[in-house]
Amino acid sequence: MIAEIGHYALVLAFALALAQSVLPMVGAAKGIRPWMAFARTAALAQLVFVGLSFLALVACFVRSDFSVLLVYEHSHSQQPLIYKIAATWGNHEGSLLLWVLILAFFGALVALFGENLPPRLKARALSVQGMIGFAFLAFMLFTSNPFLRLNPAPLEGQELNPLLQDPGLAMHPPMLYLGYVGFSMTFSFAVAALIEGRVNAAWARWVRPWTLLAWTTLTAGIVLGSHWAYYELGWGGWWSWDPVENASFMPWLVGTALLHCETVVEKRDALKVWTILLAIIAFGFSLVGTFLVRSGIITSVHTFAQDPARGLFILAIFIVALGASFGLFAWRAPTLNAGGLFAPISREGALVLNNLLLAVGTGTVFVGTITPMVFSILGLNPISAGAPYYGWTFVPLMAPMVLLMAIGPLLGWKRGDLPGALQRLSAAGIIALVVAGYVLHRQSGTSIWAPLGIALGVWLALGTIIEWIERVKLFRARPRENWNRARHLPRAAYGMTLAHLGLAIAVIGMTGSTAWRVESVQVMKPGDSITIGRYAYHFDGVLPARGPNYLAERASFTVTKDGKPYTILYPERRQYEVQESPTTEAAIHSSIAGDIYAVIGDRAGPDTWTVRIYHQPLVPWLWVGGALMALGGLTSLSDRRYRIGVPNRLPVVQATGA
Amino acid sequence: MKQRMKRKTLRLYMLVASLCLLGVAVGLTLYAFQSRIVFFFSPSDIAKERPATGQVVRLGGLVEAGSVTKTGDGATIVFNVTDLKNTVAVSYRGVLPDLFREGQGVVVEGAYESDGTFSASEVLAKHDEKYMPPEVAEALKKSGRWQEGENGTPVSTTPAAASSNP
Amino acid sequence: MKKRLLYLLPIVLLGLFAAIAWIGLSPSRDPSALPSALIGKPVPSFKLTTLDPASGGLSQQDFAGKVTVVNFFASWCVPCKAEHPLLFQLGKDYNVPVYGIAFQDQTADTARYIQEMGSPYTKIGLDQNGRTAIDFGITGVPETFILDKNGIVRYRLAMPIDADRLAGEIGPLLKSLQ
Repeated sequence: MIAEIGHYALVLAFALALAQSVLPMVGAAKGIRPWMAFARTAALAQLVFVGLSFLALVACFVRSDFSVLLVYEHSHSQQPLIYKIAATWGNHEGSLLLWVLILAFFGALVALFGENLPPRLKARALSVQGMIGFAFLAFMLFTSNPFLRLNPAPLEGQELNPLLQDPGLAMHPPMLYLGYVGFSMTFSFAVAALIEGRVNAAWARWVRPWTLLAWTTLTAGIVLGSHWAYYELGWGGWWSWDPVENASFMPWLVGTALLHCETVVEKRDALKVWTILLAIIAFGFSLVGTFLVRSGIITSVHTFAQDPARGLFILAIFIVALGASFGLFAWRAPTLNAGGLFAPISREGALVLNNLLLAVGTGTVFVGTITPMVFSILGLNPISAGAPYYGWTFVPLMAPMVLLMAIGPLLGWKRGDLPGALQRLSAAGIIALVVAGYVLHRQSGTSIWAPLGIALGVWLALGTIIEWIERVKLFRARPRENWNRARHLPRAAYGMTLAHLGLAIAVIGMTGSTAWRVESVQVMKPGDSITIGRYAYHFDGVLPARGPNYLAERASFTVTKDGKPYTILYPERRQYEVQESPTTEAAIHSSIAGDIYAVIGDRAGPDTWTVRIYHQPLVPWLWVGGALMALGGLTSLSDRRYRIGVPNRLPVVQATGA
Repeated sequence: MKQRMKRKTLRLYMLVASLCLLGVAVGLTLYAFQSRIVFFFSPSDIAKERPATGQVVRLGGLVEAGSVTKTGDGATIVFNVTDLKNTVAVSYRGVLPDLFREGQGVVVEGAYESDGTFSASEVLAKHDEKYMPPEVAEALKKSGRWQEGENGTPVSTTPAAASSNP
Repeated sequence: MKKRLLYLLPIVLLGLFAAIAWIGLSPSRDPSALPSALIGKPVPSFKLTTLDPASGGLSQQDFAGKVTVVNFFASWCVPCKAEHPLLFQLGKDYNVPVYGIAFQDQTADTARYIQEMGSPYTKIGLDQNGRTAIDFGITGVPETFILDKNGIVRYRLAMPIDADRLAGEIGPLLKSLQ
């Protein structure tokens, strides 16, 4: 019964989405107010119906109703409650429903809090949002219905893939989708602005919260996913340039560029055409990601179903959405009036350079992601592009960007003072060089890449701090004035400081963990010891352990550092109830200097195990840096200027009503 | 007039900057494609032309049944990858993926050492037992196994004959 | 006008990507849609031990002289369980013997699976190393083949059977062959 209600609610939402996409658009063109106002009602009702449908599916999972095919295939009655719920989106159909739910949620937010939006813009944006909802609801109803029944109902389910039974991964998809779908909102606003033929500072202000929200959640989603891969997949890496990882990374890169050039539109009324284009492309990459993950056109550890019919459907959505908006762009963008002027060396100039670097960087990732696919489609010798490819393309393009990131914020709008900025950064430069020299001296090899990476991170961190010091006039004014300035700095400024600082820390983490990782594979008997660097590992033995829905072999290693007791590690090898394949559970001990990481593998003999131990320097910095970046996004989002619902202090440019 | 001149200069700057960057990116990409791309080989490809020593390649096929042995200290595993026409012996030091099974498709990444053995740096097996890596399927198809019977010749391979191929 | 052309660049790039993706999705690239090279050809010869040792092995000779269904399955395969009830129905409604081949499965697991789910199969061959599966050219489980009275492969389905397909495709074919 519940499943039928859920299905029925989806059908209603589908019909509603059709109305939402047509009526307000026509209303806005012809000036029919009630039709425009319908957008609000429709968007709210949309959330109610899709929400109902989603709750119905969650209920099916929680009640372990195995007469629903999806529940049978992805859940088990013994699964802990949190994973029963997480199983709702741990599969193609359910995650699609979550996707649509978030879409409806954003639509409803605009409908509720967009009181200060010009009615036409609002009606058009919601209408575009309705079209996207319509397309995805159709996709779900016709190719991926989550509520299919199974008759007769089996007694027990197939269990969620054990790799996905993890708190980090339970949160990963919702975060990622908030990000992907958040860009649908900026997309809708961009298309609405193109139809309107008007882009101005007010527009940038309306769009900004959505970009920020999308960027922040996408950042969090990517970091969570990367963290999950690190501790759960047991190979000790945090990024493998897998096509599916890239699929989430590309919208992030474009979103970062968008975030920065929106400020130019807002402050200086320039770069409008480029901003609109980025808004379209950011969502375009979200769709590309969806397409790559769900169509089966590429293969990866993360892909869902392999069904060409689904692939064609998503491809069609992708072509129609981007084709129409790029067409509109080619038609309307040349008519957008050119914005303010600026000197090449200025804040705007730096942001343009930042955007160019991010854009070509995204390009290299895109090429690396699709070229293997293109090769195989064209019947050429199959290839794969891994870390070495990206190390030679993406990384060299991002290094100058990090260098620039410290300088840009110190340049003034319109015309900047580069020598002055560099002079103020001289301390950062000197310290960064000293650190590089120290690192070069301390590390075992003579490779210059690691010292360079660390120096870049230090440079950016110090540069960011210097910028903040300048703003609050620390050391140059009385503490009271410092305090007042610090208090009255806009939240957006703090957001930037935090995010840049986060990236600096993450860069240091990435460099350290990539350059100085130590891996040791050993066959050990209980009682054996090995020494790696300053740490000695004593293998105490293996004991059986039992979890709620799995059995495990749990090994124990007593770790000593310089002969003193340090910690005990318990890596596990789990066998879940239903799914055949065993999974490895890494044991990790973190400190500021890095992680020590142990995994046990197969039994190599009657009483011997294959053991893998990694030293992963500076990895925790990566998570701290990522968290700071997301926090920076949140801080920016809380800036009064962008708070939805707060009356806009700018005069509303568009005329209201017909 | 002055405004327009300025706008033109600005546009020129932007154009030059973007073209320069684009050039650098294309250059880097082409360089990376020449030297940092990993090619995929089937055992039959390798039999035809062995990749140069040290060149990182991916090798795909089935893990030959009965070929998996542990050597040395027990952490090094040696197994044969076969497309049922040719086989390549692979040695790997490390923990095999949970789904590594005899008879199952695998993709290994590695290179020929100077002593002529193929040493894998990574063994990839997708976390799904129903899955056959497309490269492996391709390799098997190319080696003729999937076109069996196409020319009207009756299919007469027995498992024993298949595994006895050198 | 020259400026306008630049604005068309995104849509051109999109077209290029779409074209490639379109080719990439064409059914000929989908391994599960490969028209089996075996269709119209005699079934490959093979010899497998059976789950029930008393039934004395399974080979292509078992298929001789009657219309048969050969179903590859495994105890670890989720969709197999989904189609399992339909195999019972298939055997009953159309009165054909259904032969099962357990693909890369431990004998004990297969036995447990059959005990739990019941056996729609006349005989169950054990293809532990997957060689027979390769001879049939299967890309995964479940896969189902239909053979005519002369042991010629007439049909291949590289996905689970569903009710619609059973009634609309498999059923009529079985009827016409009989």
